[in-house]
Amino acid sequence: MSTTDQMNHKAGSLGSHPYPDEKGHFGPYGGRYVGETLMPALLELEAAYQEISGVPEFQQDLCLLLETYAGRPTPLFHARRLSAHTKGAAIYLKREDLTHTGAHKINNTLGQGLLARWTGKSKLIAETGAGQHGVATATTAALFGMQCRIFMGVEDIRRQAPNVRRMELLGAQIIPVKAGTGTLKDAMNEAMRFWVSSVQDTFYVIGSVAGPHPYPQMVRDFQKIIGEETRQQILEMTHRLPDVLIACVGGGSNAMGLFFPFIKDRVPMIGVEAGGQGMDTQKHAATLTAGSVGVLHGAKSYVLQDQNGQIKEAHSISAGLDYPGVGPEHALFKDLGRAKYVTVTDDEAIAAFRKLCSLEGIIPALESAHALAHTMKEAGRRSPDEIIVVNLSGRGDKDLGILFSE
Amino acid sequence: MNRIQKTFNDLQQRKEKALVGFVTAGDPTPELSLQIVLSMCRSGLDILELGIPFSDPTADGPVIQRSSERSLEKGTSLMSVLAMTRKIRLETDIPIILFSYYNPIYNYGVLRFYQDAVEAGADGVLVVDLPPEESNEMTTDWNGQELPLIRLVAPTTPQGRMSFIAGAGEGFIYLVSKTGVTGSHGLDLAGIAEKITSLRAVTALPICVGFGISTPDDVAGIASVADGVVVGSAFEKLIETHIEDPDITEILSGSVKVLKAATQGSGR
Repeated sequence: MSTTDQMNHKAGSLGSHPYPDEKGHFGPYGGRYVGETLMPALLELEAAYQEISGVPEFQQDLCLLLETYAGRPTPLFHARRLSAHTKGAAIYLKREDLTHTGAHKINNTLGQGLLARWTGKSKLIAETGAGQHGVATATTAALFGMQCRIFMGVEDIRRQAPNVRRMELLGAQIIPVKAGTGTLKDAMNEAMRFWVSSVQDTFYVIGSVAGPHPYPQMVRDFQKIIGEETRQQILEMTHRLPDVLIACVGGGSNAMGLFFPFIKDRVPMIGVEAGGQGMDTQKHAATLTAGSVGVLHGAKSYVLQDQNGQIKEAHSISAGLDYPGVGPEHALFKDLGRAKYVTVTDDEAIAAFRKLCSLEGIIPALESAHALAHTMKEAGRRSPDEIIVVNLSGRGDKDLGILFSE
Repeated sequence: MNRIQKTFNDLQQRKEKALVGFVTAGDPTPELSLQIVLSMCRSGLDILELGIPFSDPTADGPVIQRSSERSLEKGTSLMSVLAMTRKIRLETDIPIILFSYYNPIYNYGVLRFYQDAVEAGADGVLVVDLPPEESNEMTTDWNGQELPLIRLVAPTTPQGRMSFIAGAGEGFIYLVSKTGVTGSHGLDLAGIAEKITSLRAVTALPICVGFGISTPDDVAGIASVADGVVVGSAFEKLIETHIEDPDITEILSGSVKVLKAATQGSGR
C-alpha cells in the first residue's frame, strides 16, 4: 500500500459528512472566535490551505516525507496476548508510537510545516502538553531549517522532562508558562498571545483538532491518514471492517484521525476522556462527558466551565489529555451520537499501561493507555470473533518518570 | 441621541478628544473597584470601559491578566459587573462600554445579557474574540438597538475588510494600535495615522485607538490623529502598584486628570 494512494483519497468520497461548512462551523460548533488582529491571518491560512489541497507537488512532498522520514505506513498489530487476557474480542493496535518522534503528532506537523514554507513563513510556534506535539514541531522546524518556539506549562515541563530535553536538542526554544495550573490550556493561551504579536512572519502549528477554523479541519485532514491506513490494513488482515474503533481524546486529533475515514462505513467509535481522580471529583478532564457548550481558544465546543462561564482547570495524570476543551467536530459527533465518549481514571490508565508492557512488550504513552484501559473493558464484553482497533497514539518513554514516582 | 454620540458631539464642540479608560471590574475588591471607577469618572474620564474578567484572556498582556485573576478571586461575575454598572449609572452620565470575552456572555445567555445590560445603564459592548463573522449569533435576537456592538480594526486588517467591519460598526470604531496584546510597548504614530486615514474613508464613526498607550505623550500623540484614546493597562498597573495604598482612588483620579489634559487643545 502506498502513502500516495492514501493521500489521493479525497474528502469528497466521504459523502454524507459535509463539515465544516464554508465558515468553519461543525453544526453549532467550531467557527473563528478570535481577536481581529488574527482574523486576516486565519483567512489567509484558509485560502492557502485550500490552494495547496489541489497542488500535486505539495501532496507529493508530504507523502514522501511521511514515508521516508516519519516512517509511514505504521503497522496494525494483532495484540493476541492482550486479547486473550480479556477473554473477549480481538484487539488490534494501530502503531502510531512507531512513527519518527514517537507519536501521531508528526503527521500534522509535517503537513503544517510544509504549509508554513509554502506561505513563506520561517518561524514556527506551538503549544504542547505531553511534549509530543512540541517535539514533532521542533523536529519539523529542524528539518526545514526554521526557527521554533514551544510554549509549555511549567507543570508539564516538570512531568514530561525527557521531551523538554529532546526539544532543546532539536534547537527549539522552550517558553515556560507559569499561569494557571501550568498545563496545556495555559500554554495555548500564551502561544495565542505570542502569535498576535508575531502574526506577520510566524506560523502557529496547532497540535490538535481544536482552535479556530481552519485548524480543526486541517489537522483532521493531516491526521486522517491514520484511519485510511487502518481501514486498508484491517481489510487485508481480516477481510472485514472492525466492530469498534477506540482512541483517547484530549483535544482529539489522534481519535479524529482514526475515526474520520470510517464515517461512511458507519463503524461504531468510542472516544476515551481522562477521568482523572474520578468523575465524582472535580479532578478530571472529561470535557465531553461532564462539560457544557462554550467558547475557548477560538472555537465553540464543549468546555469545562463554572456557572459564570469561567473555564475550569482540568486534571489528568496524562499531560496530553489535561485540557478543559475539545475539538468542535467531536462535540458534533457527540450530539449526533456518531461517536460515544467514555472516561477512564488515572489509576485505570496506569494499570493498562503496565498490562501492555508485560503482555505485549510495548510501552504506551499514558494518553494512549486511557484508550487501552477502555479497550480492555470493551473487549471483555465482546466475543472473540469481534474486532476492536485501538489507536496506540504514542510511546511511553516520556512517562517513565511519572510511573516510577507513583 | 445616545450617550456615546452625545459625548463625541460635546467633545468636538470643546475641541477635545475622548479619554477612554479601561478598568477590570472588581479589581482589587468589588467595593474599592467601584470607588476607583467613580473617582475616575469624576476626574474627567469621557468614556468608561468596564472589563468583565475572564479566566483565559488571550488578547491581554500580563497586567490585565493579573487584574482579571485578582477580580475573579474576589468572585466577580458578569452578573456582579452588571450590578456595578447600575451603581455607576446612578452617579454619572458618561457612557459605559462593557468589555468582555465572548464565553461569559454566551454562558449568561445573549438575549438576557442584552436586556440586563441595557436595564443596568450600559451604552455599548465590545467583545474582543467575536469578529463580525461570528457576531450575528449574539445580536440576532436582540430586541432593540440600545446596545451598540463596538467593532475592532487591527493593524493587520486589510482595506477591503476594514470597510466590511466599519459597515457593521456602531458607536465608535476601536482601532488596535499594534499587533500584540494589551500593555505592550512601542507606538508607531505614523502607521496609526495612516490607518486612521484609510478608516476615515470608509466610516463617519468616531475612531478610538487603544493598546499600549500609557504616558501623557502617548495620549497627546494619539489625540492629534484620533477621536479618542483608550488607556487600560496603565490604569491597571497603577491599581496593582498601589493595591495596599489608602490613597489609591486619588492616585487613579490624579492619573486621569493628567491624561485628560493631554487630550485637550489638540483638536486638529
